[in-house]
Amino acid sequence: MNWKTIGHIDDIPLRGARCIKTPGMNIAVFRTSENEVFAIENRCPHKAGPLSEGIVHGKAVTCPLHNWVISLENGMAQGADEGEVRTFELRNENGVLSILLDHPMMVAAE
Amino acid sequence: MVQKLVIIGNGMAPGRMLEHLFEQAPVAYEVTIFNAEPRVNYDRIMLSPVLSGEKTYEDIIIHGDAWYEMHGVTLHRGDRIVEIDRVKRTVTSEKGVVAEYDRLIIATGSNPFIIPVPGKDLKGVVAYRDLDDVGSMLAAAEAGGDAIVIGGGLLGLEAAAGLKARGMNVTVLHVMPSLMERQLDPAAGYLLQKALEDRGIHIVCKANTRAILGEDKVEAVELEDGRIIPASIVVMAVGIRPNVQLAKDAGLAVNRGIVVDDGMMTSDGHIMALGECAEVGGQVYGLVAPLYEMARIAASHLAGDRTPAFVHSDTPTKLKVTGIDLYSLGDFAEGPDREEIVLRDAATGIYKRLVIKENRIIGTVLYGETADGAWFNDLKKKQTDISEMRDTLIFGQAYQGGSPLDPMAAVAALPDDAEICGCNGVCKGKITSTITGKGLTSLDEVRAHTKASASCGSCTGLVEQLMTLTLGDKYNPAAVTPMCTCTDLGHDDVRRLIKAKGLKSIPAVMQELEWKTSCGCAKCRPALNYYLVCDWPDEYADDYQSRFINERVHANIQKDGTYSVVPRMWGGVTNAKELRAIADVVDKFQIPMVKVTGGQRIDLLGVEKEDLPAVWADLGQAGFISGQAYAKGLRTVKTCVGSDWCRFGTQDSTGLGIRIEKFMWGSWTPAKLKLAVSGCPRNCAEATCKDIGVICVDSGFEIHFAGAAGLDIKGTDVLGLVKTEDEALEVIVALTQMYREQGRYLERIYKWAKRVGHDEIRQQILHDTERRKAYYDRFVFSQQFAQVDPWSERVSGKDKHEFKPMASVGYGEAAE
Repeated sequence: MNWKTIGHIDDIPLRGARCIKTPGMNIAVFRTSENEVFAIENRCPHKAGPLSEGIVHGKAVTCPLHNWVISLENGMAQGADEGEVRTFELRNENGVLSILLDHPMMVAAE
Repeated sequence: MVQKLVIIGNGMAPGRMLEHLFEQAPVAYEVTIFNAEPRVNYDRIMLSPVLSGEKTYEDIIIHGDAWYEMHGVTLHRGDRIVEIDRVKRTVTSEKGVVAEYDRLIIATGSNPFIIPVPGKDLKGVVAYRDLDDVGSMLAAAEAGGDAIVIGGGLLGLEAAAGLKARGMNVTVLHVMPSLMERQLDPAAGYLLQKALEDRGIHIVCKANTRAILGEDKVEAVELEDGRIIPASIVVMAVGIRPNVQLAKDAGLAVNRGIVVDDGMMTSDGHIMALGECAEVGGQVYGLVAPLYEMARIAASHLAGDRTPAFVHSDTPTKLKVTGIDLYSLGDFAEGPDREEIVLRDAATGIYKRLVIKENRIIGTVLYGETADGAWFNDLKKKQTDISEMRDTLIFGQAYQGGSPLDPMAAVAALPDDAEICGCNGVCKGKITSTITGKGLTSLDEVRAHTKASASCGSCTGLVEQLMTLTLGDKYNPAAVTPMCTCTDLGHDDVRRLIKAKGLKSIPAVMQELEWKTSCGCAKCRPALNYYLVCDWPDEYADDYQSRFINERVHANIQKDGTYSVVPRMWGGVTNAKELRAIADVVDKFQIPMVKVTGGQRIDLLGVEKEDLPAVWADLGQAGFISGQAYAKGLRTVKTCVGSDWCRFGTQDSTGLGIRIEKFMWGSWTPAKLKLAVSGCPRNCAEATCKDIGVICVDSGFEIHFAGAAGLDIKGTDVLGLVKTEDEALEVIVALTQMYREQGRYLERIYKWAKRVGHDEIRQQILHDTERRKAYYDRFVFSQQFAQVDPWSERVSGKDKHEFKPMASVGYGEAAE
């Protein structure tokens, strides 16, 4: 397990998201209206829509492809839909964000 | 193995049968339907409201195109079956289509009976069976004048009321001494006649038609007594005959109808029949409830459960003429072993009659006050002994046990198995348990889940009372649908309050209008953003985080997360330089697909998000701006080549289309807005299914609006004819602005127009010149802020973060 610095919170628009590329998968990093940050797999459990492109509201994001709503806190699909995505730990030190990635994620490029 | 099911006929009975079948055995059959009418399945019971103008054809469609597609049903429209080959098990259509079947269903319905008098084939003599008949009647009504309806039964009277509502002078000719004699006793028939005469409909009973007169079209009807009554249209509604010819030719057992057993099987074990053409237990049926029962049984047998059997039951009759309440059920002839209880109130026009045999109700006629019909029906069905309540029976359920007169109490007191919806055979318990079980709160939901009130609609009041009983205060029939779960306010209230309170940001709206969530949701935020952009064009700062991804990155997201790019090509016109630039971009960025769109544009599909700014930069070099093919806003103006090239062109349609597009590009609208300009009525630009269309004619420009060719298909209506291009532009722009200001987010122009009324729009845009000018001016004002090319903005660096990943981590670090 490894903490990796990914940038500053101000790189992400309020109620917006950015994408992190890793060899294993793409990860979406969100910033809510309350300035909380969350990181989840950038791939909707429904049809693999890029969640980082969705509209952020409360602590959830609505997938741009078919409007599934995914919780940023636990990665679970909300409402009647069933499915979940991976979540990742984020650290916010005076605005500098780092993400906790496990080893296989990083060596997949080998 | 999947079996081949072929259905002849596409009326309500086979439609309902398929609904049941797809529920019980969704994949057991591959279904092919042959429909002699060129249409999908619509609600024939509702033809009368269409005739009277209370509903439109769109309102009464039961299964739209999407339904057939979803269930993989092949529908041959306007193609009649002419032969059944029972040995080869095939059917052959008029157009020569041959279809094999494992199972065949004949649902050919019935034919109107045309009385054999001289002149019956004249132009202007119509039946009342399908939408084409309604079309003929409406055409006649437009010209005005005199109409004659032959037949004073259910259908005839509904036709008469409809034609009267359309402004014709109507006479009903009825051969019997009183109206609707099969459902009403003479007393109720008399009250009905009086009510219709009060509405200005002439009624002639005991009227024998001798001949229909006219040279090449109807001019009058001559009666046996020598009277001649003028008419420009004659509607024959004297009854129906089961349509059995095809079955007869195929050698099936046929009596009055096609003979079937109580499982709907004909004399051939591979062929079933249902609907008005079928005869079961020696009876043929014309009301919808028993036909739906046949449908249920046929579906069950097809799905493999052969237990259900058709049992005859009386069906209540109701007349669908607004303002006349009439209910009839069972047997009400007089007889030595029968008694009756009658209530008459001449002042209020109420008549109630119960026919009783051995202390049990066997027939009911209610006129003027029909709320107790369901209760009487229930007593009759259950054979309840009424001797205990005999004294007060006629006053209805509310008077039993001395309870006060309260319609809610009456509904509350109905047992769970009391039938509420006669058309669909839905009982009270089914409705209440579905409301609770599925958490339904609107009438539409109840209709969708239970089918109650979904056919003729006459039980809507009862269903609403049940909803009130079940849901209490949670059901408010007048309530508007809230925008989303973040607020109780509907779109119209929110729009009104934004203006009235001068709210100019999304947080201000949420604060002032007491939003229930901290920052809205993906439904309300884009709507609010649009309303604010539209209402305060110079003051509101567009909130990109409240826009859908396509409008945030100015391209269309595709299923794999790549984007498509559509450059604006004014009026659909391009040239070698532009095409060369597009070709270069395609090569340089290895764009996998290039496609021409339905709106006469070129679509570059499969562009990676990171490449978008560079693609736009190259396209911008060639003079392209964004085609906004992603916007809830002005999309495209399609054109034909018009008078510049076409030998039929009457005006410069290409020039006008380009002019409109250059004037209106960049504007945001509630939903996408697609226009077209055709240079002549041949309409090569397909302007008559667009949101707004123009058909050029010699004398000017016919402005069309409110068409649709997507989920719904709808031809446009004509807004009006203007003489010059300048006027055409002003009218189109003003119409667009009116829609911008009033439309609900995601509501296409045809839905908005239906809501506010086409006449109202015509009045404001065409006749009220000051208002038109004001709309026009507001649009022009807003355009100075809207006409900024989003592509060149982003090429110059705006929203850079959108197009680049925040970081790449983990690559090449394994060596550490």
